[in-house]
Amino acid sequence: MIELDKVSYGFGGTTLFSQLSLALAAGSFHFLTGPSGAGKTTLLRLCYADLLARSGKVRLFGQDAAALDRDGVALARRRIGVVHQDCAFLDHLSIAENIALPLTVADRTAEAAQNLPELLNWVGLSAQAAQRPPQLSGGERQRAALARAVIMSPDVIIADEPTGNVDWEMSQRLMRLLVELNKMGKTILIATHDLHMIRTMKAEVSARVLRLRDGQLMQAGAEL
Amino acid sequence: MKTVLELIIGDPQADRAVPPTGSTARLTVFVAAVMAFLAIMALAISMTAGRVADLWAQELAQSATLRLPVDAQNADALLLSALDVLETTPGVISARALSTDEQEALLAPWFGPDLPLSDLPIPQLIAIVTDDATYDAEGLRARLQAQVPGAVLDDHSVWRAPLMDAAGRVRLISTMVTLLIAATVAAMITLAAQASLAANVQVIRVLRLVGARDGYIARAFVRRFTLRAGFGAILGVILGAIALALMPEGEAGQSILLGVGFAGAEWLWLVAIPLLSAIVAFFATRAAAFRRLREQT
Repeated sequence: MIELDKVSYGFGGTTLFSQLSLALAAGSFHFLTGPSGAGKTTLLRLCYADLLARSGKVRLFGQDAAALDRDGVALARRRIGVVHQDCAFLDHLSIAENIALPLTVADRTAEAAQNLPELLNWVGLSAQAAQRPPQLSGGERQRAALARAVIMSPDVIIADEPTGNVDWEMSQRLMRLLVELNKMGKTILIATHDLHMIRTMKAEVSARVLRLRDGQLMQAGAEL
Repeated sequence: MKTVLELIIGDPQADRAVPPTGSTARLTVFVAAVMAFLAIMALAISMTAGRVADLWAQELAQSATLRLPVDAQNADALLLSALDVLETTPGVISARALSTDEQEALLAPWFGPDLPLSDLPIPQLIAIVTDDATYDAEGLRARLQAQVPGAVLDDHSVWRAPLMDAAGRVRLISTMVTLLIAATVAAMITLAAQASLAANVQVIRVLRLVGARDGYIARAFVRRFTLRAGFGAILGVILGAIALALMPEGEAGQSILLGVGFAGAEWLWLVAIPLLSAIVAFFATRAAAFRRLREQT
């Protein structure tokens, strides 16, 4: 699905990581952890071509991300649902309109009417459909972001600290929604620094845990 | 055609993706209205000046004046001789000696009324109407030189040339003014679109992240500015039409200042100006939007 092959990236003169490789196979479930500032968000952004690697190759569904034109990147992103750390909503639209936005920009507005009620019900936001994002709590916003990430039925779902601003109960609920999606065949990549959550979820899903530290990506072992 | 239909009909859901910007919208409509009003005025003055100049030039082209030498002893003989030459000249449709009253009227602006014309050595004038196709001024001059020595034929070319030149320049200046107005509309729309795009950087980022193509994002801005420019221009054209209706009317060719407006097919400018304004806005916004989107990569 998504493959990073000896990828390097940095800001300005500094190198965040180099020679980093990662492969997200279809239906796999990955946790990405590491200390703050290690480059987890940057790594995720490389995975959905929001950033381009300095060197190495990023392949999205078999295509070199660097070789994609602007429309090509847009089409690739329609196959990747992203739950952003800040949720990235349009505050002038209702929650229902925000969730339907990927369908709207793909000129598939008619499908929204068909899928939206079921999706709102799945994330427990039916009653908040007409509200604006600032009116929602952190947990509700995260669930809405998850609903928006899956409305196009993408092949891959990438979530950046999806439980960062919510309580333990809501964290578990969100994670279970992601596990549910994985069982439906979706590839999942979640960046989180919440090791307790990872330990809890590993009991429910077969997941690889990757640790990004000092520019190196390695598989976490028994310490988890 | 599909693009035009999409532009007019649009997708209400897609339009909502970009938040409305009240002040930019009002300013765009206002400037488009003012520019359309100015364009209508510039075109109306140009068309009217052109028509008046054409009319004058046409009238002067088909007429000439023969001035007979002052010779009180042989005045009648000279007149008969000149009329005889004129009647037998190809291309001369009619020749008529001006009466004393007509000659007095011609001189009245300079000498005042009740001029004792018979006491003054005023040359007799003959008004000639010609047919452009067969009239030969040089040939007539040669015959008059032989048969009526001292007669002077004035074919009005001295007057006609500067009129034609002036009319051409008025049209040129008016065309330049209209082009400048179009350029100003394009510049204004570009600035407004850039301001709107800059104000919506976060919206554009989100649209990109959920898979919007550049064409989709640009379309939301292009549609808005095109419709605003078209709507503003319609308002400007309506105001322009009202202003033209309030202009004082006069007889055709009487003066450039009288009867300013359109005639016949020229009225189509009232339809064309909003369309042209919308077309200019379409391309200006599209160029600005794609340039900005490329820069934001």
